[in-house]
Amino acid sequence: YVCSLPALTPELKCTLDKVVKSHKVVLFMKGTKDFPQCGFSNTVVQILKSLNVPFETLNMLENEVLRQASKEYSSWPTFPQLYIDGEFFGGCDITVEAYKNGQLQELVEKAICS
Amino acid sequence: MGVTKEEVEATLTSKLKPSHIEVTDTSGGCGASFEIEIVSEQFEGKRLLERHRMVNTALAEEMKNIHALSIKKSLTPAQWKQQQEAESNNTEPA
Repeated sequence: YVCSLPALTPELKCTLDKVVKSHKVVLFMKGTKDFPQCGFSNTVVQILKSLNVPFETLNMLENEVLRQASKEYSSWPTFPQLYIDGEFFGGCDITVEAYKNGQLQELVEKAICS
Repeated sequence: MGVTKEEVEATLTSKLKPSHIEVTDTSGGCGASFEIEIVSEQFEGKRLLERHRMVNTALAEEMKNIHALSIKKSLTPAQWKQQQEAESNNTEPA
């Protein structure tokens, strides 16, 4: 019998609220921005680098508790997870799509200037 | 324990009633990685994030055994038709 407790405790939710608001652009990923450990995470890192915006990353491979809590927090089952201006923006496919049609640049610039 | 392309297709078909669906196993057969193209009326009036959430939610059970899921297309039937027409126009000789 496996007991599945909710991963997202009120304390963790509060921490994550602070984390996603601590910077305009925050990426929850596998690995670090210098050493991405998954192709999907790498794609988003390269996009953000090409947009020339400052962004913060959190390595989900280092902390299993944070990893599970983050999935619940965003209601998104996979990584990477991109947050812009404190709000969940999407995973890799959504970021790529928004990058291609210019919406990502627009949104990021708006966030940085606000 | 892997998930088959057919299982992913069947779940999405029953939950999102797509008019077009294409699931590609990108794992090389172990059933842990998929690419999805889906066209459904249920995407009408929904932003991309909401559409992807609908696909993720539909596959919640399967996601436990899927490591990578890439949603390449999530379109409404009207958008799909438009895209198909644009593609066929592009391939026609000038």
